[in-house]
Amino acid sequence: MSPPPDFLPKTLDIHVAYDVAGALFALWAVLSLFDTTNRKRVLNALFWALVAVSFIAGDLIGDLGNGILVIVLAAIAGFFGLGLGKPQTTTLEERQARSQKHGDWLFGAALIVPAITFVLSVTLLLPGFLHTAPLMVFGQPFLGDQPNLRTVVSLVIGIVIALAISMLWLKPAPLTPFQEGRRLVDSIGWAAILPQALASLGAVFLAGGVGKAVSDLTSSWIPQDNAFAVVAIYTCGMALFTIVMGNAFAAFPIMTAAIGMPLIVGRLHGDPVIMASLGMLSGYSGTLMTPMAANFNVVPAVLLELPDRNAILNGVIRAQIPTGAMMLVANTALLYFLVFRF
Amino acid sequence: MLEYLVLAGIALVVGGFLLRLNPLLVVVTGALATGVLGAIAHGAPLTPSALFAALIATLKTLGKAYNNNRIITLIWTILPLIGLLEREGLQERARHLIGRIGAATVGGILLTYFLIRQITSALGLTSMMGQAQTVRPLLAPMTEAALEKEFGPAPDKMRERVRAWSAAADNIAVFYGEDIFIAIGAVLLIVGTMKGFGVNAPPLAISLWAIPTAICALVIHGARLLTFDRSLKRQMGQDT
Repeated sequence: MSPPPDFLPKTLDIHVAYDVAGALFALWAVLSLFDTTNRKRVLNALFWALVAVSFIAGDLIGDLGNGILVIVLAAIAGFFGLGLGKPQTTTLEERQARSQKHGDWLFGAALIVPAITFVLSVTLLLPGFLHTAPLMVFGQPFLGDQPNLRTVVSLVIGIVIALAISMLWLKPAPLTPFQEGRRLVDSIGWAAILPQALASLGAVFLAGGVGKAVSDLTSSWIPQDNAFAVVAIYTCGMALFTIVMGNAFAAFPIMTAAIGMPLIVGRLHGDPVIMASLGMLSGYSGTLMTPMAANFNVVPAVLLELPDRNAILNGVIRAQIPTGAMMLVANTALLYFLVFRF
Repeated sequence: MLEYLVLAGIALVVGGFLLRLNPLLVVVTGALATGVLGAIAHGAPLTPSALFAALIATLKTLGKAYNNNRIITLIWTILPLIGLLEREGLQERARHLIGRIGAATVGGILLTYFLIRQITSALGLTSMMGQAQTVRPLLAPMTEAALEKEFGPAPDKMRERVRAWSAAADNIAVFYGEDIFIAIGAVLLIVGTMKGFGVNAPPLAISLWAIPTAICALVIHGARLLTFDRSLKRQMGQDT
């Protein structure tokens, strides 16, 4: 197969999605700078410009460059704060009238994104199920070679197509969708990058030896031959450690190395596959209960304009705690009854 | 005992959150403190040059991780679309739709959404729906409209509670649905980690053992959603 022509991007993969996001944040930075209704417009412009740099040039500025970028972003948010741009939007009455005029087609426009994500993901997943070769375009795997990133690439493609169709249909002024988007991103503010920053904190925790300290702390006082106690400490430890780290993925290798493998599998001869599957799921109870899992628990509170969005236990977390607690009990019971039986 | 020094970084983060300092600043400070304390715990001498070296190394770890996690922030590319459709009345239309469906209650809508979200996640379609994609533009306006249809104009506290429960339904459904899909990040991480312990854990087996938990989640959260309408009725009685 001949190589792709030079003017086309070599692969349609995650980096194209990063470039799209980078261009959008750069546009928001420029629009912020010209928004005289915002007293802090220079800070907003600088903040969104730095996010744009991260998306477009993150791979070029080196680890130290990225580290300094994070520090500057946090300093802007923490010491100066961001302002709220007020792009013009429609009033409630205008929206009522327009929703009457457009009718249920509005749902059609909103559902283009899930529909395209669905179609693209399924086309990409089928080769895996059928054990055939992945889809190739210009000699490169379509949407990149990392399977778990492909649905996200599909999502961004869906968003771009849906926006294009909606603009052709609704005929807004060319900048209007981006001003409306800026209205939303300004209302989210620094919280827009909090999930990414928290995920990075998890990496620093692990590199600093937090995992080993926690596992030493727990494994020193365990009743090693009491199967139920060991199982409960493993599952509750997964949940607790996830509450601290905000991510079950970070807790899993640590708790499994500290308690799961040596005690449940090694000493008590439990099945490692069942333990691993249910151990990870036990961690999700922690994710439901912690503000550290900001993308799941803080972002929706901001998006839905909940007044207690910055409280440690905001409305979303409070709604989830009972289910999270009951699921932890359920997973502990399932693990105890299944792991020694198969 | 020196190795427990790194846990001070966690304490710093928790303390900063409790004091309501800017979370972004708390996270970055906590990261830098953990890195430097970790270096001391591992025997770095307490000289300015050694501590500065530890700080730079931590900045690099932080920066590298931040760059590798950009995928999390990609979701905001949806905002121009959502903003445009909101401007043209999408939320009003979603409310209107609920007015047309006679039997729609808050709990009923949430349970329907929960089922669809859990099934699509189990098929690997986790990005198809979500807090920005579907909860803010569609689900939350629908549940609020159902609340108003049943109780008339509701106090802000109840509207906020219904919105929070909409977000919760999305989270819970996706968490306990996605692990059934064999190529999801969590399953691949389990396979990789277990390989590190010398255990061969086939992805299919990992995902099959996630099914009992998925059923438990449906039963437990489904039951809470079915009683949610009654709980709202009680709250309405108290607040008025």
